[in-house]
Amino acid sequence: MEKQQEQPMKMLKKRNVLGPVATDFTAANTGNWRIERPEVDYSRCSKCRTCERYCPTNVIEIRPDDQECVYINFDYCKGCGICTNVCPRQCIQLIPEVR
Amino acid sequence: MYDIKHEAKGLVTHGNSACAGCGLELIMRKTMEVVGPDTIIVIPPGCAAMFSGFGKEGGLKIAGCQMNLENTAACASGIRAALNAQGNTHTTVLGFAGDGGTLDIGLQSLSGMFERGDRVMYVCYDNEAYMNTGVQGSSATPASASTTTTPGGKTSQKKDLMMIAMAHRIPYAATASLQNLNDLKKKLEKAKNANGPSLVHVHTPCPTGWRFNPALSIELARAAVRTGAWILYEYENGKITINNKLTELAEIDTYIGKQGRFKHLNAEQKTELGKQIKDNYFTYTSMLERMSIH
Repeated sequence: MEKQQEQPMKMLKKRNVLGPVATDFTAANTGNWRIERPEVDYSRCSKCRTCERYCPTNVIEIRPDDQECVYINFDYCKGCGICTNVCPRQCIQLIPEVR
Repeated sequence: MYDIKHEAKGLVTHGNSACAGCGLELIMRKTMEVVGPDTIIVIPPGCAAMFSGFGKEGGLKIAGCQMNLENTAACASGIRAALNAQGNTHTTVLGFAGDGGTLDIGLQSLSGMFERGDRVMYVCYDNEAYMNTGVQGSSATPASASTTTTPGGKTSQKKDLMMIAMAHRIPYAATASLQNLNDLKKKLEKAKNANGPSLVHVHTPCPTGWRFNPALSIELARAAVRTGAWILYEYENGKITINNKLTELAEIDTYIGKQGRFKHLNAEQKTELGKQIKDNYFTYTSMLERMSIH
């Protein structure tokens, strides 16, 4: 374990860097945590953007011109269900995730 | 130098390993929306360290460093001093720590920063225990809440960070909550533009530590404000404004009834706790009114 750390640290010390430095901006695949997924009743949606503002993962996007006006990026949606609770019209429901 | 491997709408990565329904993640996003890319962030170990990253992976697009638990504010002060020496006045220095890193371990360096008057914006997300290491009780844990170190309920009261900050006569300090994001963003904006140290103390529901359904995060933040368990006020150069002035408080069960950490209380103890919170709300708000310099 110590050796594993020593090698990269030696390289960094040459450049006067004393700790690990993040060089990649990445995203974990948090979509596979989901056991329930939000489903939107588009006919009742008033496009108020409340769910967009309150989503902790910031994956909801409102597209007012589209038929399916609430776009959710399921790569990262954790299925926490906050959107279902903050929706003033209760038009978002959690349904079991099927993969 | 810094590879953007995955696209993100804001400055924070979408695929962050915060728990589902985490209040901190929302606070981080809103803070980043307000402070913008011209910011240096200082994060101590804790839940927020997920945003500074693991190894070579980072979760924020802005510059920042991860420091020790006790010296977040001291490091932020140092960065500010270095920026001042360069003649840089536009960059915001942001300290972002939890309740453990602020109220317990980091308190002396925070006090030092307030006393020196360094222009640092400090955000404390208060999830009321050491959540990252497995829910140990901190000095921010409210009375009667069960944690792994206080299994029968904490016997002492929550430490009052705002009063400590106000005693230093800093230009801006405020408590905020997730229930009203516009209010939170307005306070963060004020803290960013304050001419000196500023503090925003945000109440953060934690589904893992408080043991509730993740979907109820925002509801619980709202319930905490409506029951008087969390008082929203701001302090601006001596003037105190109470943001949630209530004449009648909501039933305490709407807040503590949904949480597993208050499950060990019987009905009688719950009413007693509710009465305590109610009394505290009215005495505290009347005290704030007397303290305010109009």
